[in-house]
Amino acid sequence: MTYSWNWGVLLQEPYLQWLGWGLALTLAISLSALVIALSVGTAVGVLRSSDHAVLRAVTGAYISVFRNIPLLLQMFLWFFVVPELLPAGAGHWLKRDLPYPEIVTAIVALGLFTSSRIAVQVSAGIDAVPRGQRMAAKAAGLSQLQAYRLVLLPQALRIIIPPLTSEILTIFKNSSVALTIGVYELTTQTQQIQSITYQGFEAFTAATILYVAIAMTVTVIMRAIERRVALPGTTSGGLHVRF
Amino acid sequence: MTSHEMIKVEGLSKSFGPLEVLKECSLTVRRGEVVVICGPSGSGKSTLVKCINGIEEFERGQVWIEGEALPSRGRAAARLRARVGMVFQHFELYPHLTVLENICLAPVHVLKRPRTEAAAKARALLARVGLADKEAAYPAQLSGGQQQRIAIVRALAMDPVAMLFDEPTSALDPEMIGEVLAVMLELARDGMTMIVVTHEMGFAKSAADRVVFMDKGAIVEIDETQAFFAAPRSDRARLFLSRILAH
Repeated sequence: MTYSWNWGVLLQEPYLQWLGWGLALTLAISLSALVIALSVGTAVGVLRSSDHAVLRAVTGAYISVFRNIPLLLQMFLWFFVVPELLPAGAGHWLKRDLPYPEIVTAIVALGLFTSSRIAVQVSAGIDAVPRGQRMAAKAAGLSQLQAYRLVLLPQALRIIIPPLTSEILTIFKNSSVALTIGVYELTTQTQQIQSITYQGFEAFTAATILYVAIAMTVTVIMRAIERRVALPGTTSGGLHVRF
Repeated sequence: MTSHEMIKVEGLSKSFGPLEVLKECSLTVRRGEVVVICGPSGSGKSTLVKCINGIEEFERGQVWIEGEALPSRGRAAARLRARVGMVFQHFELYPHLTVLENICLAPVHVLKRPRTEAAAKARALLARVGLADKEAAYPAQLSGGQQQRIAIVRALAMDPVAMLFDEPTSALDPEMIGEVLAVMLELARDGMTMIVVTHEMGFAKSAADRVVFMDKGAIVEIDETQAFFAAPRSDRARLFLSRILAH
């Protein structure tokens, strides 16, 4: 192999700046999508756990749609198809007037896709809280909303911290799919550097290290959160130790 | 309905699919009265008390609390439910909250009491059951007996007009049953209206005014306590007593 290594290219302008912007955009898209995913996912997960048949059916359909269509296809659908399906005015606004439409689309698509997965975790977490807890809350006169907010969700969220950690790691990795609709996030910028400088190994190594650094940071933060909310007298945040 | 009737249950029926778990149950409990419900496993005792404050739904029948009909759902049901305290077999303390937070949760969020007032009342009640030093502990750090006493305090903090106990000592180590029964006896002496599902016949004898005997989802007989233990009317109750008192 006659490959001429040149690690210095990563520190040259404008490539260093490109990597920096890519990283910033990857973080911004992922964190914004995470906010959507957590709030929508929690709401859908709560409704999914209710004993109301219609609510269960509607949230089940939501989860099926967003969980079963590939993320890449969802990005395309949101970017190319949805604006055409909307009334002309709204479609035009999306295509012409919305600032940074590809970034907004990536955030919405990634956020909703992930929300369906978080919804499943939240509802499983609620189901894992002993039934007696719901009864105790009800017996005390708490409203349904209060029972979820004060009794069920605080326990359910503790239970799902480990799978939630994987989901958050995945959202950062999945943000690279935004490349396909023209978002200049980390992977796109890396590809740009490679195609201009032909230093693909260096560029992709840099991206790899940055993604790994993000993942490690997320893991450390989530472990800290898990430790912080762990309940005294239980093992690893477990909630079912009773006697 | 007269004013001394605290809880009235009439024609209460409930099914899980084809299985009838409660059949036409009727019962009236007077203010200050202690009623013990006993009977074999699966006789519907727990389901009956859970229907009385509406945490289990039922198909037919009606429940009145202080003369007010219990609605099947909604805000009005929650408001009425808050007036009846409930103690569960498995305590059901909120594991993510400290003892003090457990006790203050419903007073603050349901009765809208100021936090300081709720906490002061909680501390006074904790002292009454001998657990004043445990307010900062989490449930998992306490013994079963301590947890159940705190569950009783949590219910009392709502100033209930009546208390329901669903096998409050069945999940406890034998050594801890006494401390919980002592608290319940004291409550009974103080004039609290109580419906207690229990296998503790000693408690029934010393605290109950009347005993309800249930079998296969139906109330078989309701007797004055002395009469029940001296000479139960039904064969089923006689058999039950001979088995449970024999050992």
